Amino acid sequence: MIEIKDLHKSYRMGSNSLHVLKGLNLSIKEGELVAIMGSSGSGKSTFLNILGMLDEADSGQYVLDSVPIKDLNETKAAKYRNKFLGFIFQSFNLINYKTAIENVSLPLYYQKVNRKERQEKALQYLEKVGLKQWADHLPSELSGGQKQRVAIARALAAEPKVLLADELTGALDSKTSYEIMELIQEINDEGKTILVVTHEPDIANMCKRIVHLKDGVIVEDTFVEQVRASEYVQ
Amino acid sequence: MRFIFDRDTWQEIFGSIRKNKVRTIITIIGVLWGIFVYIALSGATKGLDNGFEREFQGIANNSMFVWTQRTSMPYAGFKIGRAVQLKLSDAEELRNKLPDIQFIAPRNVMGIFGGSPPQVSRGMKTGTYAVFGDYPVIDKISKKKIYEGGRFLNERDMENERRVCVIGERVRNDLFDRDEDPVGSYVKLNNVYFQVVGVYKKSENVDFEGDNSLMLPYTTYRKIFNTGENVGWFAIAAYDEADVIALEKDVKRLLKRRHKVHPEDERAFGSFNLGEAFAKLFGFAKGLNFLSLFVGFATIIAGVIAIGNILLISVKERTRELGVRRALGATPAEVRGQILLESVFLTLVAGILGIILGAFVLAIINVITQGSSGFPYTNPTVPIPYIFSALFIMVVLGTLIGLIPAQRAVSIKPIDALREE
Repeated sequence: MIEIKDLHKSYRMGSNSLHVLKGLNLSIKEGELVAIMGSSGSGKSTFLNILGMLDEADSGQYVLDSVPIKDLNETKAAKYRNKFLGFIFQSFNLINYKTAIENVSLPLYYQKVNRKERQEKALQYLEKVGLKQWADHLPSELSGGQKQRVAIARALAAEPKVLLADELTGALDSKTSYEIMELIQEINDEGKTILVVTHEPDIANMCKRIVHLKDGVIVEDTFVEQVRASEYVQ
Repeated sequence: MRFIFDRDTWQEIFGSIRKNKVRTIITIIGVLWGIFVYIALSGATKGLDNGFEREFQGIANNSMFVWTQRTSMPYAGFKIGRAVQLKLSDAEELRNKLPDIQFIAPRNVMGIFGGSPPQVSRGMKTGTYAVFGDYPVIDKISKKKIYEGGRFLNERDMENERRVCVIGERVRNDLFDRDEDPVGSYVKLNNVYFQVVGVYKKSENVDFEGDNSLMLPYTTYRKIFNTGENVGWFAIAAYDEADVIALEKDVKRLLKRRHKVHPEDERAFGSFNLGEAFAKLFGFAKGLNFLSLFVGFATIIAGVIAIGNILLISVKERTRELGVRRALGATPAEVRGQILLESVFLTLVAGILGIILGAFVLAIINVITQGSSGFPYTNPTVPIPYIFSALFIMVVLGTLIGLIPAQRAVSIKPIDALREE
């Protein structure tokens, strides 16, 4: 599903150049649930941004679902993001003047799906994350966990190939975090490829594979025995 | 184009507008005020213009009057202070020598410029009224509205020195009963009976006659009052394209030569140039019109710039939201289009509201000023092309101004937008 070969990225800070990613190689198959771990400054966010086509690598190959991702202009990147990727952010990033269902149907709007179908799909995904009865509520009326569920529903609505989650439990307490991870695991069980960037070991252990980044290189890449989040959730 | 008529597009726009109601309203007020000032000002100017036109309708507005005074310089053996007398032959000469003259009417009057108005009677009723001796052509220079059944003086009256007269409205009211038709009956002036051939309406314009005068054929007047070839003053109308100020000078120069007046004597002949006065007045109206256009447009531009400014702030505030939209697959074109459409939409809504408000205020002004004859103000309107051009300019300006925040919105990278707290 994802093929990364010799990925480099550096940022220019005045006269200095900061080499953030120093030749990453990674291959992720369909249906994997991968945690990307590392301390701050390890380059994990930069890596995720490149995967998410929010940023471009200086050199190296990135192939997503057999499509080589290169020479992106903004319009093309937007189309690919919309088609291939679902984003889940630490701070949810819901649009605060739109109701839950409107937020969920936003990627479908950019896919030019007609209105009725959009509503149906959005409601279907809200039901999947257990928030059907909250469809007409504004984000300000929802709890943190509920907001993240809406964000997950939004990421799923476009039916992307890969879900990219950036510290998705960073703003949540541990109980809610586990509930969210349970949902992520369920979605993964249905076959969706998911990448989770985290620095919390317990969250990483709920994934099937852990990739450790340090100073811009992969120092460890192990398949682990998945801890089911449902064990923590009463 | 589909983008503009898509219901979803509008839903997105309304969504973001509704998000900040107060700011939207204040923004709209800026442009609304601009177009309101524009409409109200140009409507009021048009009203003033119409008012002037109404005030002076029926007067050839390139006409002038020339009369004589006393000389102020000795010349050709004549002493200073000589009274000059205009003659009928002067009219002939002026007409022949000056092709710019369209009409020239020699006039005489008794009872206005010195001399007491003669008594006019009918049966037991009497009154004193000014009496004019006129050529029929005066009707071309200063139009008289004649009541139905009557007529103005004509050439036949002149040739036959007929004892006929046209009387003013007030003369009729004084000398005739209400249900009487004065046309065909007689009034007595200087022991001579005159048949009334017409009654003229009181005009709201500026004129000499008022509504308490009698107008006789020039020839008859000459005979009755024994004035010979003498003329009180000339009323002259120039062709529309003629330069009335130059004509006035020519007329005076010619008259000075004929009457042996020093060419530089400024006092011997008096004149009033209506054309010049009109030109000043209409120039004033034109200036007002230009001013209102200028002020109106300047205010509209200020309003539109305010919209651009507000949208710029709005884009800044929405950086994160726009980043999310970009991450979810909004193309730069879609983001730009949305901001642009927001700008144009706000401008248009404000513009239309301003036009409605402006029209409303003009209607109120119209009701208030209606029927007030002392104030030259009639039917304040704004021509439809003005309104459409204003709307068009607003759409164009709204688009141009909207481009700035739209470009700003697009230039923000989604990654930076998301990182922003």
